[in-house]
Amino acid sequence: MTTRAIDVKGLRKSYGNVEAVRGIDLQVEVGEVFALLGPNGAGKTTVVEILEGYRTRDSGEVRVLGSDPGSNERSFKERIGIVLQETSVDRFFTVREVIELYGGYYPNPLPVDEVIELVGLTEKREERIRRLSGGQQRRLDVALGLAGDPELLFLDEPTTGFDPSARRGAWQMIKNLQSLGKTILLTTHYMDEAQTLADRVAVIARGEIVAEGPPDALGGRDVAGTRISFVLPSGSSSPPPHVAGVFQVLGSSWTAETTDALPVLHELTGWAVDNHVELRSLQVSQPTLEDVYLALTGTRDGESDSPKDADTNSRKRARRE
Amino acid sequence: MSNAQLVLRQARFENKAFWRNPAAAFFTFAFPLLFLIIFSTLLGGGTSPSPSGETIESTTYFIPAILSFSVVTACFTNIAISISFSRDEGVLKRLRGTPCPGWVYLAARVLHAVFVNLILVVIVVVFGQVVYGVDLPLDTLSAFLLTLVVGAASFCALGLAATCAVPNAEAAPAVVNVMVLPLLFLSGTFIPIGDSPQWIQTFAGLFPIKHFLDGMFEAILPPSDNPSGFLWSSIAVIALWGVAGLVVAIRFFRWEPSR
Repeated sequence: MTTRAIDVKGLRKSYGNVEAVRGIDLQVEVGEVFALLGPNGAGKTTVVEILEGYRTRDSGEVRVLGSDPGSNERSFKERIGIVLQETSVDRFFTVREVIELYGGYYPNPLPVDEVIELVGLTEKREERIRRLSGGQQRRLDVALGLAGDPELLFLDEPTTGFDPSARRGAWQMIKNLQSLGKTILLTTHYMDEAQTLADRVAVIARGEIVAEGPPDALGGRDVAGTRISFVLPSGSSSPPPHVAGVFQVLGSSWTAETTDALPVLHELTGWAVDNHVELRSLQVSQPTLEDVYLALTGTRDGESDSPKDADTNSRKRARRE
Repeated sequence: MSNAQLVLRQARFENKAFWRNPAAAFFTFAFPLLFLIIFSTLLGGGTSPSPSGETIESTTYFIPAILSFSVVTACFTNIAISISFSRDEGVLKRLRGTPCPGWVYLAARVLHAVFVNLILVVIVVVFGQVVYGVDLPLDTLSAFLLTLVVGAASFCALGLAATCAVPNAEAAPAVVNVMVLPLLFLSGTFIPIGDSPQWIQTFAGLFPIKHFLDGMFEAILPPSDNPSGFLWSSIAVIALWGVAGLVVAIRFFRWEPSR
């Protein structure tokens, strides 16, 4: 049996009386890019931090590269790379120095210049960290995760705060890592990022995995109905009843979801051309990953991912009771 | 790389970063010297009672006093505040994700603090010799060095322990100064306490700062009945505090910021 990069069964974790993770199963194969999606407070960070060895679990089986991350072994840490949010390094080091420093913690570090090139910081090689832009500092974070030539890389929201072109650059970088055979566990808020990078995606909501699969098929979106929508100008007549009946009307906007789109479109456009009706904003689309995600997570406002917040909330709740 | 090599390598990097911030480095060294000049000038010309009850010139008094102040600053205050900042900035959390053992990193930070402290001690001793004519007696050098090493180690351990009581970086300077400033005054670091009420001296005697000051006096100005300069009772109290600090740090040290 070949070992999976990550193998999780029945993982549970509570903070106080708040169940942050409620029985999660997760398998990531070697060489795979796996994206974990979910709103803040869904338990995403807790899961990842358990896999990284930062937090203990209440119950469940967890194997990362064949080891139990909870045992905090040095040999385990030598094989993984972690890119967290909100961590920094001494700002008086240069890019080259700090990569050298971190590489030195590992038995077989990547050559410093190779790391710098991988993350595209060659021109900033001798620059002090305090003079880097936010995006450049984030790339340095990735560089430090890579310094030890890890088999498995954890990337926690690697492109948050990037401008669009920096994001494309980062995606290219992550694809390069994948072609080097690295396994990558990615968390992200950006659906296009998951779509572009991930081989498989899991959506986590309220401490449970609610969907899992390749991004193109997530939540059955490959077999879901086609969405047709348009805006009917005021004063124009309505389509004939057998067409109109398919649509839901909200004010002047008409939408339909159907598994048999072609005849509907044919009838609709035929009628519009014959009657000189302008169908404004006519769109024919499949549900996007974002649609699926929003439907699955039923995202609410004001949720948060930090365990301390969950803690605070439970305390607030306790006070109210 | 062995752990010992890792510690040395990390300490070299810490040292490099330290000198890259010249303003911070300058004031680290200038601060105790400034205090030495201020207090010697304020109380200069007169005499002061030494902890062992002898009457000495005030300018002489402030050499061991400011030396002990600089050790407390460079070890306790500096470690407690800078480690609290590193924790809040996520430096410690990031390090915990690497194979580098946490103690290796902390040992390197301590080593660097001790190194800075040694430079400070040399500066104060040379300044005292040149400006105030206070000689470091060579025959009590071993007592001076032992007191210094035990003091530096203990105040570093207590500095690590103090981070456990610091909620966040913004609060670090306030919390740490509240711990250390009153004791510095009550222990006679800035104003001789030889003539003050007994209960103050008894109270200050519970804490390591006073014992460190006494030990420094004994080593630099050995009284006639103890020419070796070793004040063993005080050295033992300092060491005990150091061990207690280490135990607290091992038990309660936090690597992640609290939010």
